[in-house]
Amino acid sequence: MIYNIPFIAVAALVIIGLYAVIFKRNLIKIVIGITLIESGVNLFLITLGYREGSTAPIYTNSPAGTMSLPVPQALTLTSIVIGVAVLALMLSLSVHIYRHYGTLDVRKIGKEEEQ
Amino acid sequence: MSIEQLIQDIVTHSPALIIAIPLLGAFLTPLISRINDKIRNIFVILTVGLTGFIAFLLSYDVLINGNIHSYVFGGGRSVIALPSGSSFAIRILFEVDGLNAFMIIIGAILAFVGVIYSYSFMKGNTGLDKYYTLILLMIAGMFGMMLTGDMFNFFVFLEITSISSCALIAFWTNKGKSIEAGFKYIVISTIGALFVLFAIALLYGKYNALNMAVLANSIDIVNNGFIDKTALVLLISGLAMKAGIVPMHMWLPDAYGRAPSSVTIILIGTTQASLYALFRVCFTLYGSQLTQTLKYIRFNLGGSTVIFDIRLNGVFALIIIVLAILTIVVGVLMALKQNNLKRMIAFAAIAEIGYMFLAVGAWVWVIGSEHGMVALKGGIFHIINDALDIGLLFLVAGAIYYVTKETSLNKMGGLARNMKYTTIFFVIGLLAVSGMPPMNGFASKLLIYESIYHVNPILSIIAILCSILLLAIFVKVFHSAFLGPKIPKFDKVKEAPISMLIAMGMIACLIIFFGLFPNFIVENIVEPAANAIIDNSSYISHIIGGA
Repeated sequence: MIYNIPFIAVAALVIIGLYAVIFKRNLIKIVIGITLIESGVNLFLITLGYREGSTAPIYTNSPAGTMSLPVPQALTLTSIVIGVAVLALMLSLSVHIYRHYGTLDVRKIGKEEEQ
Repeated sequence: MSIEQLIQDIVTHSPALIIAIPLLGAFLTPLISRINDKIRNIFVILTVGLTGFIAFLLSYDVLINGNIHSYVFGGGRSVIALPSGSSFAIRILFEVDGLNAFMIIIGAILAFVGVIYSYSFMKGNTGLDKYYTLILLMIAGMFGMMLTGDMFNFFVFLEITSISSCALIAFWTNKGKSIEAGFKYIVISTIGALFVLFAIALLYGKYNALNMAVLANSIDIVNNGFIDKTALVLLISGLAMKAGIVPMHMWLPDAYGRAPSSVTIILIGTTQASLYALFRVCFTLYGSQLTQTLKYIRFNLGGSTVIFDIRLNGVFALIIIVLAILTIVVGVLMALKQNNLKRMIAFAAIAEIGYMFLAVGAWVWVIGSEHGMVALKGGIFHIINDALDIGLLFLVAGAIYYVTKETSLNKMGGLARNMKYTTIFFVIGLLAVSGMPPMNGFASKLLIYESIYHVNPILSIIAILCSILLLAIFVKVFHSAFLGPKIPKFDKVKEAPISMLIAMGMIACLIIFFGLFPNFIVENIVEPAANAIIDNSSYISHIIGGA
């Protein structure tokens, strides 16, 4: 059971994130929701590569024994970098939307008549 | 060094060059635009032209000579044999077979036309150095999605494409609606990409591989297949979000409609790259599992036992066909009530995606039979036709916007007097999109109607009816925008600038060429792609060897 806690956390993060994206009306909350989903997926990748009692995968100068798998960690780093770019882009779009409409409520934006 | 040797070398390294040239160009563009705007524009056109040329060389070698190319980054072997006798895939590699080669032709045409069109269309906007940088990044990401043979690498390119295309959709930040469209697009595409990443993590956890060929070789949905099935569902739903299949289509009309037209045409390419990935997942990754039995259902009917054999391809086909019909009907009906020209074309684009999906669904339903093959050819042929037809219509809409600054159909009229060439191009696009001879849309739609008639005549009737409705919609547009009385406001309107006419003319020529010689195209381009979908063993054995 105790070993399943990271996976339960993954499921909780993804579901809370999806809930926020689908039901929240504030753009910032939607952005937070997407970030939560992303953290869930990253946690999942990291958890896959970890073994109990393992050391960092550095071959020189490491004690004998199990090492955790380095590939998922490399994947997660890449995914975090991408996530930062997406987050920055979404927030800057929110700033633009706020300047334009004076609100972040999805029900009130984009409703103006076309010229 | 002789010319042949040089070409041979370029073809060998082409999968890397096709990505590297636009990437390098993207980061050189801001520097070059310090010199002069004109030099920058020509530099970008040359960069994309060179990339397209190499893409054509590569796809010629793959489609005509029938070679499968793989390119290992970092050199050396991609598979090492373990002492235990099994083999283990290392390194990132790109693999090009008939299907990728077909897709990069589409990507190359759309990208080249898009940058030529930008030359005059974006003139007068500020921030063009950023615009061209993003365009080149988007093109690099699109080609990366089409060429890669590694699942995680695919995710990275997917995100590169969505970030750059989101910034381009919201390029006109002075309009609230285009920012809103950009936000919608980034939300949908990020969630889709995260679903894909989750599925990749599941597959990696089970099979310890990221390489598509290795995964395709080991995926097994029957024995302990829960993780494989979950991954399949996540991959399909994530990629369908990005491809604009109906329940997840609401970002598409906004994104297509609000982006500058020159961006929209490349956006079509990225949408189709997602569609390609969907095909790659369903038919290469899970290709050998398609005819596996998922479940037996037993009934007792009057003493005798009836056994229903539920196979994966049956479930697949049912879902695909239902979604495809929904996509066509919703696309066409929503296009009917639009008042904004570009949004209307965007809904027509959704309907066209439905046609490709319908044909592929028909093939999956009757896997292995002869008219299934016809359906598949029709569907794949329709991918390139849709890109050209819808692309041409968007370019015409952009030209109208450029000269009149109007988007609403109610305020247009009588434009044919001043814009002769644009009118001709619109008529060509109109006929092609609604599947009238002698345009290319007719050739592929006829194949689709003919083959799905064998699956169910009703499907065929719905498809033909929706095509007729599309014709009606665009004839209405033609009437209200180009014909009708003179509007004094448009008295001084001039024909669109020369670079936009060249871009539209190139696509129009291709449409007529494809329409006049459909057999040539089907035999040389479409058939290798269809064979790549049908048979995934050569894709797998090229990497693993033997099998």
